[in-house]
Amino acid sequence: MMKGYAGKYLRVDLTTGEVKTDYLPEEVARAFIGGYGLVAWTLYNEVPDGADPLSAENVLCLWTGPVAGTPVPVSSKYIMGARSPATGFIGFGISSGGIGSELKAAGWDGVVVTGKAPSPTYIFIQNGQVELRDASSLWGKTTWDTEELIREELCDDEIRVSSIGPAGELLSVLANITNDRNRQVGRSGMGAVMGSKNLKAIAIRGTGEVGVAHLDELVEFCRDLYQRCRGPATEKYRVLGTPANVLVHNRLGCLPSYNFQKGTFEQAEAVSGETMLKTMVKKIVACPACPIACDHINVVKEGPWAGTVSSMDYESLELLGPNCGVADLNAITKAVEICDTLGVDTISAGATVSWAMEAYEKGLLSKEDCDGLELRFGNAEAMVEAVRRLCLREGNLGKLIADGAARAAEKLGRDSHKFAMVNKKLEWGAYSLRSLQTATLGFATSVRGACYLRSGSYQVDVKGQVDRYHLDRSRGKVVYDGENLYAVIDSMIICKFTRGIYKDNDEIARVIRLVTGFDLGAEEMIKAGERIHNMAKLFNVRFGVGRADDYPPPRAFEEKMYDDVSDGAIIDRGEYDEALSGYYEARRWNEEGIPTVALLEDLGLDTTLGV
Amino acid sequence: MDAKKIIVCDTDKCTGCEICEYICSIFKEKKVNWSKSRIRHIRIEPTFDIAIACRKCETPLCIKACPREAIIEQTDGSVSIDKDKCNGCGWCIEACNFGALKLDWNAKCAFACDFCAEYDQPKCVEFCPYDALEFTTLDQVGHEAGKKAFKRVIEELG
Repeated sequence: MMKGYAGKYLRVDLTTGEVKTDYLPEEVARAFIGGYGLVAWTLYNEVPDGADPLSAENVLCLWTGPVAGTPVPVSSKYIMGARSPATGFIGFGISSGGIGSELKAAGWDGVVVTGKAPSPTYIFIQNGQVELRDASSLWGKTTWDTEELIREELCDDEIRVSSIGPAGELLSVLANITNDRNRQVGRSGMGAVMGSKNLKAIAIRGTGEVGVAHLDELVEFCRDLYQRCRGPATEKYRVLGTPANVLVHNRLGCLPSYNFQKGTFEQAEAVSGETMLKTMVKKIVACPACPIACDHINVVKEGPWAGTVSSMDYESLELLGPNCGVADLNAITKAVEICDTLGVDTISAGATVSWAMEAYEKGLLSKEDCDGLELRFGNAEAMVEAVRRLCLREGNLGKLIADGAARAAEKLGRDSHKFAMVNKKLEWGAYSLRSLQTATLGFATSVRGACYLRSGSYQVDVKGQVDRYHLDRSRGKVVYDGENLYAVIDSMIICKFTRGIYKDNDEIARVIRLVTGFDLGAEEMIKAGERIHNMAKLFNVRFGVGRADDYPPPRAFEEKMYDDVSDGAIIDRGEYDEALSGYYEARRWNEEGIPTVALLEDLGLDTTLGV
Repeated sequence: MDAKKIIVCDTDKCTGCEICEYICSIFKEKKVNWSKSRIRHIRIEPTFDIAIACRKCETPLCIKACPREAIIEQTDGSVSIDKDKCNGCGWCIEACNFGALKLDWNAKCAFACDFCAEYDQPKCVEFCPYDALEFTTLDQVGHEAGKKAFKRVIEELG
């Protein structure tokens, strides 16, 4: 029997109510590791051609990786994937909290959900028992209430719950999935896929053993890794949390403000990680098996939003704050609470509201279009109200922006798509495009769309290892290397914040060996990363992705930045074309970005693994 | 008798990482199964965390509650459960004010922290990444609190 893995997963057909057990073949586990790899494997093999993402045909899967449930640092993670209603391509989000370890302890590696329930339903998994339960009374509830109500109904405080809020029920393509209150399966609209299946939540209780191949050696290695997690590699996350980036990025002129028009924010100090720690943070908490603890819980002490509590990270803070011209941490904390409870991705919400603010300032949206809101940059109250309307699809404004900036711009027309900061219709993360150009290449080529989490390509820019104001062919290799390693990390699944505690890839391979017994070694492990990434890409190819989808929004090429640090920065289209070709070359894809047959054979994706 | 050492949790330092639960099951059960942990993490949303194990009560209510006299107080103040006598009725769990006992549903038997009698100190304390757990006496906890308060006064007076 395989170690690390439970070796089996659930198949739930919501249309018929049938629940089946399926077994995870060892060669599949070895080839795709887990998590992201198994999402790509499942979706490529099971989503029918042309399946509408919001129909019963779409397949929604939840996977853990081999390390979930073990004492490996920050290993209690899970991923949910489906064809994305936001991008039309592969959709997935990775979350932490207790779901991953609990599912493994219940004896399952994953859950593959198909069909559509006739009425609101939730899935309850308690060890070997699986039940589809009525969720009528939970429909319309917030994610936080849903967690509590399910625990009350089932009389067990230790049940872990992943659920959608009203936004997922309303099929907003920005909808995410929340667990443990503050952890989300974000980006790419997985919440809407759940909503479209009438699936309100997945509740899990596991009390079994998690098998580990070499437990004694693993525990001793973990003792060492925990110490490293208390060292300099993770200090940023422990002390200020990711909002430490605010002042760093502001100094580098790459802190997006005013809908990515600028790269600095004059009030950055007011929304910095330093200020937040002093004035807002009530407690810093950890996910299960995490010796770092990065989750900064903010509490609003006074004003109209007094009593608001939410978990704050850089991306949420940046896009709802500086990118909307907002310098009020109370308002940002409130906006995050609204997103988390109603079930919307904070990055997309921030980048969409900032698009609406720019449209309003340009006179493309009237006050009436905005339901009477003075939707100018910097208006904190208007930002909070716009976010609420977005989440609930309420009023003229809510109806316009509920499905994100790209779709809002399609409705509004008048060239407003030029400042919709998206790639593959998904909103851009909080890294400026023109002053971090390797990052931009990585974001725009990512399979998920506008994604900062697929390659860490911003790191060479921020660390000054390349000329970040220009691109050349060699950047393709940077993105390629980052993607292959991150594909491994996302498949194991371990938290990216631990990447700095491992001395080299051999140590990461050692974790896999100690947990699973698979002695991949660093080279085979990275090759698995390449295989996984190509599997995800092949899914996109099936749904028509091409070279044109791997470009940043027009603002990157057509408008110069204006600010003190990065004044005049712009991306040269010729340089971008060249860098993109360099990326395809590194990946061994053709000029349209399609994997070659020789590559697929090399990766074993030709016949053996079901392509 | 010497003052009893117990596992004390500093709730300001506890992040709720539950590494204590993983480690407990690994060292006491020789497997990863935190439902068998002798220490229990409790979170009260949104910002309170604590880990609780046996408190070595002066008058252990678990012992009083047991109808089969299966629970015996040890010389260090911890309790030991006689597996042959215990039938898993769970009255001890109801009686304990701290939720420090648990029931093994398979073995139909209660279990509690023995403070890692076979090691130098409890393994959860050794592995706690935030030093939130301490194996100490209540006298010492009181002494430390007094010291902290006095230091603050000294600092304020300059």
